Amino acid sequence: MANNKKLITTPFSKENPIIVQVLGICSCLAVTVKLQPAVVMALSVTVVVMMSNLFISLLRNTIPPRIRIIVQLVVVALFVILVDQFLKAFAYDVSKQLSVYVGLIITNCIVMGRLEAFAMSNKPLPSLLDGLGNGLGYGIILVIVGFVRELFGFGTLWGYRVLPESFYNAGYENNGLMVMPAMALILVGIIIWVHRNKNKELVENE
Amino acid sequence: MNFVEKFFDKQRPKVQKGEKYHWLASTFEAFESFSFVSDKTAGKKGAHFRDAIDMKRAMIVVVIALIPALLFGMYNVGYQHYLSHGENANFWATFFYGFWRVLPMIVVSYVVGLAIEFAFAQIRNEEVNEGYLVTGLIIPMICPPDIPLWQLGLAVVFAVIIGKEVFGGTGMNFMNPALVARAFLFFSYPSQMSGDMVWIFDKGDAVTGATPLGELAVGQPASATVCDMFTGLIPGCVGETSFIAIMIGAFILLVTNIASWRTMLSIFVGGAIMGLIFNCVGANDYMNVPFYQHFLMGGFAFGAVFMATDPVTSSHTNTGKYIYGFLIGVMAVLIRVVNPAYPEGMMLAIILLNVFAPLIDYYVVDANIRRRKKRLRVATKTR
Repeated sequence: MANNKKLITTPFSKENPIIVQVLGICSCLAVTVKLQPAVVMALSVTVVVMMSNLFISLLRNTIPPRIRIIVQLVVVALFVILVDQFLKAFAYDVSKQLSVYVGLIITNCIVMGRLEAFAMSNKPLPSLLDGLGNGLGYGIILVIVGFVRELFGFGTLWGYRVLPESFYNAGYENNGLMVMPAMALILVGIIIWVHRNKNKELVENE
Repeated sequence: MNFVEKFFDKQRPKVQKGEKYHWLASTFEAFESFSFVSDKTAGKKGAHFRDAIDMKRAMIVVVIALIPALLFGMYNVGYQHYLSHGENANFWATFFYGFWRVLPMIVVSYVVGLAIEFAFAQIRNEEVNEGYLVTGLIIPMICPPDIPLWQLGLAVVFAVIIGKEVFGGTGMNFMNPALVARAFLFFSYPSQMSGDMVWIFDKGDAVTGATPLGELAVGQPASATVCDMFTGLIPGCVGETSFIAIMIGAFILLVTNIASWRTMLSIFVGGAIMGLIFNCVGANDYMNVPFYQHFLMGGFAFGAVFMATDPVTSSHTNTGKYIYGFLIGVMAVLIRVVNPAYPEGMMLAIILLNVFAPLIDYYVVDANIRRRKKRLRVATKTR
């Protein structure tokens, strides 16, 4: 059981998909302009990684090694389409904002990475938990970046105005750079910087 | 000067390792080497020696070279203010109006920037970097006089931390920190960095307040005369308007051999050639602007003399400097003329080429190696 718990906790810090493995950067830059799409994207990826991890793990002994990638892709594609249709049905506005990036979850390196590295050689339950942990580890970075970008780029959070009008009257202005993807990369860089300062063992030897 | 030296001698034991003020060691070192040339000499082994002109002395020369443009900029800030209100003021009133506007910008830039520099030096146990002496003066000079001070401070924080310290401080940065500050302002607060309203402090209604570049970008001919552009009595960033004052600075830098004449010359050549090409095409008014006017407008001259020649971020090889400078000149004019959304092409051109400078160096060195290898092969064959 202790091992299972570890599967969920390590992706948050020591094995974080974004800030340690540096996977899934593209979507991290693309969907984090505002908090809401970032959260929805985080949940979508979590569901896809979790479910495809589970099913690939169930199928792992029957998949011929030579065509395993294509089998994995079919399974991932299934869940990506399900998530996409679900969002279109129940959260149309967010789905519009995320546009192609929901479909592009299939190319998200985290999904394929977990399938190859974990689900292909582990039992279903640990695979499910591993998917959950990695999805959430990815999600937390998205949420942090989305939070900072929406707060300073628009002065809102989840679409609601949080910076009071008096700020703007006093001369404060929204930061236009925060709206650009470049700033997301810089923010991720800053998170990596802080994280490595706290975890010295992650720093590569020179 | 003796008493200053005695003061330093007295303080030195207190900042040694293990003493009470040991955490101030790098601050002490910074002020000591700022006041006196280091008495360290090279070791006896090996064939190397130390030049008396260290980084701090070199940086001071650049600051001196910036002074003419700065003083003129102060005068111009006042001049443009009174002109826009249709008032007449005497020389000193004009100068001091600008002085009291530009001084807070300089103070904010230095206080914020140096505070971060000193903090990083203390945390990392390193000597305080000299680079900010120049950067801190350049940043206010490449901002519009109307810039809110908190935005300037924020840009300085961004430039020093993201542009420089994360890479390891002065000497490790691959982009000019002052330009990082300006780019940050340009993309973050476009309404404070472009348009007609920002170039004159507390603008009145007697003039439009557009810079020549701004007018050209919206398709009008520049209203300022070439003579005004040359002397610098046009709206613009604080230090960039006067071609004459910048040329005095360039003269100081070149005579003292601090900046590279290769970079400067090739930037002007590149700008001129691109300007001439546009003159030949002549598809619109902007393309018909005489090529030499590009040198007089906006930050072209200032960037060429003070920013592109930064020894850290420019190419290091001599051949590389020609290529680097030439491409800056070409890109600056190209961005100005072809993309009206970015009236000031010089900033983006220099940042772009800063990124490419190591690549240029790599290929210059590589070409040299291959040429010598070939020579070696020919020599061994004939033998």
